[in-house]
Amino acid sequence: MTVTDHTQATADAAHSHGIIPDKSRADRVVSFDADVFPVPTGREENWRFSPVRDLKSIFADEPADGHLEWTTSELPAGVTLAEVPEDDARARTVREPGDRASALAVKHSGGAMALTIAANTVVEEPITIDLRGTGGDVRGHLLVEIGQSAEATVVITRTGTARYSELVSVDLRDNAGLNLVLLQQWDEDAIHAGEVVARLGRDSRLRGTVVTLGGKVVRLNTSAAFAGEGASVDLFGLYFADSGQHQEHQLFVDHAVPKCTSRVTYKGALAGKTAHSVWIGDVLIRAAAEGTDTYELNRNLVLTDGARADSVPNLEIETGEIEGAGHASATGRFDEEQMFYLRSRGISEDQARKLVVRGFFADLVHEIGVPAVEKSLMKQIDLEIAHVEEELEHE
Amino acid sequence: MSTLEIRNLHVTVETPEGTKEILKGVDLTINSGETHAIMGPNGSGKSTLAYSIAGHPKYTITEGSVTLDGEDVLEMSVDERAKAGLFLAMQYPVEVPGVSVSNFLRTAKTAIDGEAPKLRTWVKDVKGAMENLRMDPAFGERGVNEGFSGGEKKRHEILQMELLQPKISILDETDSGLDVDALRIVSEGVNRAKDTTGLGIMLITHYTRILRYIKPDFVHVFVAGRVAEQGGPELAERLEAEGYDRYLASA
Repeated sequence: MTVTDHTQATADAAHSHGIIPDKSRADRVVSFDADVFPVPTGREENWRFSPVRDLKSIFADEPADGHLEWTTSELPAGVTLAEVPEDDARARTVREPGDRASALAVKHSGGAMALTIAANTVVEEPITIDLRGTGGDVRGHLLVEIGQSAEATVVITRTGTARYSELVSVDLRDNAGLNLVLLQQWDEDAIHAGEVVARLGRDSRLRGTVVTLGGKVVRLNTSAAFAGEGASVDLFGLYFADSGQHQEHQLFVDHAVPKCTSRVTYKGALAGKTAHSVWIGDVLIRAAAEGTDTYELNRNLVLTDGARADSVPNLEIETGEIEGAGHASATGRFDEEQMFYLRSRGISEDQARKLVVRGFFADLVHEIGVPAVEKSLMKQIDLEIAHVEEELEHE
Repeated sequence: MSTLEIRNLHVTVETPEGTKEILKGVDLTINSGETHAIMGPNGSGKSTLAYSIAGHPKYTITEGSVTLDGEDVLEMSVDERAKAGLFLAMQYPVEVPGVSVSNFLRTAKTAIDGEAPKLRTWVKDVKGAMENLRMDPAFGERGVNEGFSGGEKKRHEILQMELLQPKISILDETDSGLDVDALRIVSEGVNRAKDTTGLGIMLITHYTRILRYIKPDFVHVFVAGRVAEQGGPELAERLEAEGYDRYLASA
């Protein structure tokens, strides 16, 4: 039986289906050659929401002067972290870069760092990698390689400041499992343009969580491509944009083979006059991908006037023989009726707002599956809410 | 002993057609231990009265006063009114996704009392109150009103009332949409709260059926934004037999 569940999309009239690309997402150019990608002007399909002026140095085809300080948890047996020379790094990258920022990151990173988990290795404790920016331009290329039937949780935290671009390649061999958490906790002046490309082997499982709270501009493009049957990907995202912050998350799930499952769930809150978030969720179900089951969701909670949330889901379906395909997107104002209900029980306005926003994110936070990260994240969300109160007082 | 005193209350609401006066001079006094049934046809302003007293921002008070034990309720914020001892059981309780019932109840109790309840007695109180209302213990872990059935929402309202122990409680059509079993459970909860705390009750209803389970001391017939007639329980019996037509014809 074929079920194409588009009901949610039509029920939520709030989201735009945007400009339907004139070409299939399958035709988007990828290349290690940065010259293939002209310097973006902001009129391109994939850059049209981005503040390209702030990304100028990231588009410059020049060597970068800065670096990130790496702090890594102790690596257990079967796990290695090693520098990989340029040619080898490219060969081991699962897909070529999809835009100029990513291609230049590879070109000027001087090779890659590779985190490799040997086949059949099950790593119990999360592997943590803390990357601290100390200013300047930084280009990065990271390989995360999970061997056959290996399992691990990897938490990468970015702090400090930099003008940073990167390509993160995630290679899941057959039956591998990875929980990858990327935390963007930059200082307020950081610029970050990242591309995460994942290839999923047969029966592999990827959970990817992106949390973006800090930085001036954070633009993260995540692509997941199924290379073998029976694989599944869950992509979660949480963001909180304040005045002056641009937080953009683009996603592309490529169902190229049969019987794979994908779920995309991104939620964001926005507060402050110039806060801007962008979510673009592309899903492509190719003709060969029979038995696909996919659903993507984006919800935005606008806490103050002037904040802007763009949300564009795109679903391309080339076969009718699927289990299900749907998407939903909704952007709502802070709900006065919820506030009234809570306050009519004696709860103060500040505390009521905190409850509502925490509640909005709660299910997502619990999906991360790393207790220490979940706990600290709830604290950071509380700080963000406290900041909202300051913004409201200034109004 | 507490007294809620409503004097000459006029309330307007903004509509696409302009400002509309809903309440046109309401007078009503409710003392501790008294149950006042407010009955009337749809659109007569019963819910407006409830929400105006609770402080919903949609309503504007243009004239009159509301005091609780002499304190000016209309000067208070929504949460201050609750802390002063007012409670509104809503007809359509609002969903607050991701906020668990147990967290919500504890937060509200702490806010009302000005200090966190003693953990051991609190857990026991909540458990007991939920058992009385035939609520499954797993209820505490669900999101506030999230996916609740109509009956569950109403029981959850009464659960809050029993735990927060207000002085005066306004029940806005708590009976509508309930089957007779749920109605009986909810009514038992209201009677229990009245017996233990001496609660004063404003019972807003469209139907007379709930008055078999909650005995009113006074009945006020509400028509076109004011009290058209008042009396004792016998007035409810007459309404049951005759309906509201008599008032509507003259209104």
